[in-house]
Amino acid sequence: MFRKILIANRGEIACRVIDTARRMGVATVAVYSEADLRARHVAMADEAVLIGGPAPKDSYLRGDAIIAAALSTGAEAIHPGYGFLSENPEFVDAVEAAGLVFIGPSGKAIRAMGLKDAAKALMSEAGVPVVPGYHGENQDPEHLAGAAEAVGYPVLIKAVAGGGGKGMRKVDGAQDFAAALASAQGEARTAFGNPAVLIEKYVEKPRHIEVQVFGDGTRAVHLFERDCSLQRRHQKVIEEAPAPGMTEEMRQAMGQAAVRAAEAINYKGAGTIEFIVDASEGLRPDRFWFMEMNTRLQVEHPVTEAITGVDLVEWQLRVAAGEDLPARQEDLTIRGHSFEARLYAEDVPAGFLPATGTLAHLRFASGARIETGVRPGDTISPWYDPMIAKVVVHGPTRAVALASLARALEQTEVAGTTTNLAFLGALARHRGFAAGDVDTGLIGRDLDALVHEAEAPLAARALAVLAVAGLESGQGTGFALWGALRRAIAFDPPAYLRVEGPGRVAVEIDGAEHICEMRADGWWVDGAKTGARFHLGGDEITVFLHGAHRFVRPDPLARASQGPASDLTLAPMPGLVKAVFVQPGQQVAEGDRLAILEAMKMEHTMLAARAGTVAEVLVTEGSQVEAGAALIRLAEEEEAA
Amino acid sequence: MKLVSSFVAGSDAARQNREAHLAMLSTVREAAERAAAGGGPEATARHVSRGKMAPRERVAGLLDPGSPFLEVGATAAHGMYDGAAPCAGVIAGIGRVHGQEVMVVANDATVKGGTYYPMTVKKHLRAQEIAEECALPCIYLVDSGGANLPNQDEVFPDRDHFGRIFFNQARMSAKGIPQIAVVMGSCTAGGAYVPAMSDVTIIVKEQGTIFLAGPPLVKAATGEVVTAEDLGGGDVHTRLSGVADYLAEDDAHALALARRAVSHLNRAKPTTVQWQSPEDPAYDPEEILGVVPADLRTPYDIREVIARLVDGSRFDEFKPRFGETIVTGFAHVMGCPVGIIANNGVLFSEAAQKAAHFIELCSQRSIPLVFLQNITGFMVGRKYENEGIARHGAKMVTAVATTSVPKITMLVGGSFGAGNYGMAGRAYSPRFLWTWPNSRISVMGGEQAAGVLATVRRDGIERKGGSWSAAEEAEFKRPTIEMFERQSHPLYASARLWDDGVIDPRHSRQVLALSLSASLCAPIEPTRFGVFRM
Repeated sequence: MFRKILIANRGEIACRVIDTARRMGVATVAVYSEADLRARHVAMADEAVLIGGPAPKDSYLRGDAIIAAALSTGAEAIHPGYGFLSENPEFVDAVEAAGLVFIGPSGKAIRAMGLKDAAKALMSEAGVPVVPGYHGENQDPEHLAGAAEAVGYPVLIKAVAGGGGKGMRKVDGAQDFAAALASAQGEARTAFGNPAVLIEKYVEKPRHIEVQVFGDGTRAVHLFERDCSLQRRHQKVIEEAPAPGMTEEMRQAMGQAAVRAAEAINYKGAGTIEFIVDASEGLRPDRFWFMEMNTRLQVEHPVTEAITGVDLVEWQLRVAAGEDLPARQEDLTIRGHSFEARLYAEDVPAGFLPATGTLAHLRFASGARIETGVRPGDTISPWYDPMIAKVVVHGPTRAVALASLARALEQTEVAGTTTNLAFLGALARHRGFAAGDVDTGLIGRDLDALVHEAEAPLAARALAVLAVAGLESGQGTGFALWGALRRAIAFDPPAYLRVEGPGRVAVEIDGAEHICEMRADGWWVDGAKTGARFHLGGDEITVFLHGAHRFVRPDPLARASQGPASDLTLAPMPGLVKAVFVQPGQQVAEGDRLAILEAMKMEHTMLAARAGTVAEVLVTEGSQVEAGAALIRLAEEEEAA
Repeated sequence: MKLVSSFVAGSDAARQNREAHLAMLSTVREAAERAAAGGGPEATARHVSRGKMAPRERVAGLLDPGSPFLEVGATAAHGMYDGAAPCAGVIAGIGRVHGQEVMVVANDATVKGGTYYPMTVKKHLRAQEIAEECALPCIYLVDSGGANLPNQDEVFPDRDHFGRIFFNQARMSAKGIPQIAVVMGSCTAGGAYVPAMSDVTIIVKEQGTIFLAGPPLVKAATGEVVTAEDLGGGDVHTRLSGVADYLAEDDAHALALARRAVSHLNRAKPTTVQWQSPEDPAYDPEEILGVVPADLRTPYDIREVIARLVDGSRFDEFKPRFGETIVTGFAHVMGCPVGIIANNGVLFSEAAQKAAHFIELCSQRSIPLVFLQNITGFMVGRKYENEGIARHGAKMVTAVATTSVPKITMLVGGSFGAGNYGMAGRAYSPRFLWTWPNSRISVMGGEQAAGVLATVRRDGIERKGGSWSAAEEAEFKRPTIEMFERQSHPLYASARLWDDGVIDPRHSRQVLALSLSASLCAPIEPTRFGVFRM
């Protein structure tokens, strides 16, 4: 076994790898960017090395700096985590050339799976079913249109070098093909530097079911399937294992196909074979097709660990250190059911925009496995993936596990940034999901209901009024000779309260009075125990009561009339100013493009809110801006006239 | 040291006492609620429809949420002016703003436009007096048409009339006691000087006005036609005249600005006494209603009351075996050290000497004094006059009058004759004077007064050889007895601000604590007593 390894990653996965390494007696070296000086993974590791600036290209994508860090600290192997350099064959080669061990597959295996069309041809040869489609090199639009016709609409256009949904378009008919192709190619060029696309049959009621495999370079085993059908724009949201409705026959067929796939490329380490499954008539062994192989540990690997009892990182380390496969196929069994929910800093109602902020309050549910790279007080920076944590639960049955997930999400407390917690909670309570009736279109179909922000419960609102008044600890006697004073509290809607004695407050909202009483076990509202907790952060109050409810604490002094806000174009989220199209003095019409902001690999076009003259351009191309930063100022109407 | 109560909670007497007290309380509560309703629902609705906050909500909005509000004169003018001035048309009391105790004086424009009746003036001045003695910043929420013209003779000319308000403002400002005005309505004529004389003034946009003469008077005098807003609105005064300093968008904003002004006062409470951690009494204050006899003539041990007022019911009684009709001793109320002087019968020479001694002790140690008054007076008769009870009484009165420590007086029973003086009655300027609903105050009891008058009358009739039947005498005495009965009632007294308010006896501890806390906002000066007649 290695004495010391370096983890070429950050966030929760770096922490998760350190956990296992530590348990195995292996010393750990973290690498970090300037933005991550105080990050949890740096604090956890035995040693840590600075490898560059905050932008990933200046740090976590710098293979040379990472290898140098490993050499200088005496690490023997490098664990890549997921993302960053984990599927970069040149990095693998460089690691090995430096005399170090790459904890993962060979560069050759990664290359074999890296280009989707080649991978599919290879799999087809190995007897793994693939989706009908065109994976050829002829990228002539007419030829591709002909191929689409041959496969039969609807079809999917996908970037050959793609991943994560970029450069992907669904086309329902021939008339839309040309436009969709141009758009997909453009996005592919921007994202991957390679405009080549492939055409595939579009599968109705598709489910995303993937099989975890593990190889030692010659033999491979599978650790059963995961269902990742709950996706939003091809981003996984909640994953589970095993897949609901899975039959033993289908599981065997998929598992054997996955093992064939891994063995075909002499796969070493943990990998995942992703299949697309047509679930329009239930799960049938003849209706799954190979999509791609992820030649790394997956984000959602903990659900597999939960049902198999295997520590996949431990296996990675053992196999990389030269051990044989730690288990035979017949040793592996499924125990119970597991879910994983990905908790992100993102603004769901605003369209799942990534968010940033300082985690002023962070408290996880007990009884769930939490994989996180952050602690209370840490910052979600604009530089990296805004994941806060993965919440993993396990139960004897799917129903029990799902109930645990719902409860764990309800008990998760985050303040200081907006999160997708309510959305995850709504998913965990979704009837179709509970019934196991999942497919990749579920979230899209029910999106409105899932992101609908239910009004906070009355008790939470009443307690928020208390917190706005600064009485959340139950302090204040409100003593008056003949009757407590009724005090207006700035709240939406306007509220009143009367402190009737220590720890007893009558709160009036919408004309209805609610009696809040502080008892030994916290606040009771109208005779019911709430267990509510508070986080007070500046102008914002969060009440945790069966979920987090955020309220604005208005500043009673902030009343002076403000200038019209439409003069300023503000960044809707943190990001990189990719382009600025206007100059001071330029006339613009309402809706004209002013600038492009790139955030989380998505491009957002900033439009003029009204016609006018550009007074100032407050940013330059290439600058990194925070959410709410002013980008462009239009001249005031008078000033312009 | 812990007092031991002999009160039997379930007894008939306890139940009867309690019922009688509750009945008296409900009378006072009704009066207080009528006063708190100001000009009534219709006037309040009109007031609110103009975008103004109701007067009590203004007070609440100024104070910290959950702040206590120690209201002064809550039933002032009760039964006066044919009920035209509930609460005397002005709300006054002590509350906390950013944790600091302040005196709030808020005009109630729903009561005759907030104009000043004689009792309004008296209440405003009393609030200022408390503020000055306790060094409390004053915040005036102004919304008043000025002097009530039909009553101008009792409002304008005398020393303690309208002009005294501005005199006090100037004097307090000179002493470093901040004066802040929030103009939320009219400030006409003399009233204009409240904001003008303040250190800091906030005015509400298109709602507050300040002028020496309103538009009608201007037109009559010079023919100039001008709107109230152009004459003296918020915009004019914050932009042109400089009479006000901050322009507020509305009431809520104005109160927020006033709170901010208080946050910048840079004041700290002086260190005066050694506070302890507060502790509840060992005996429930609720039992006071059962403990105290409904009839003033029924004697009881005042220690039963003390046991329900002080921390842990602990009482270090001073000279317990001497002058037993007065009880003196040290205790804490909500952590504040106090010296308690409480009547336990008629005052004798020994009791008066003991009280004087105890006041000297507390003055020496800077311990605030609490007087629990239940006194029919000093003992009368040849023996007592000859031994010089007046001389001993004078010692007590001298000590009470000249001590510099804060005095809080609570009338828990009778307050008659010279006993009132020795026990820090109103004339002796206690910082606060509170009364219980069962208390009575008069120069002597009605029966005694009628008896004195009847004796004089009978002597006169009999000297002329006439005769006076018992029935005639009773008929003669009745109006006097009735007059005394009416005038000695606590609501009658409180209406005239002979005290600071009638309170629920069960709240005595909180009221004492708040009174002490306010009093201790001012430093305790060293005492210099007058000549004691030895």
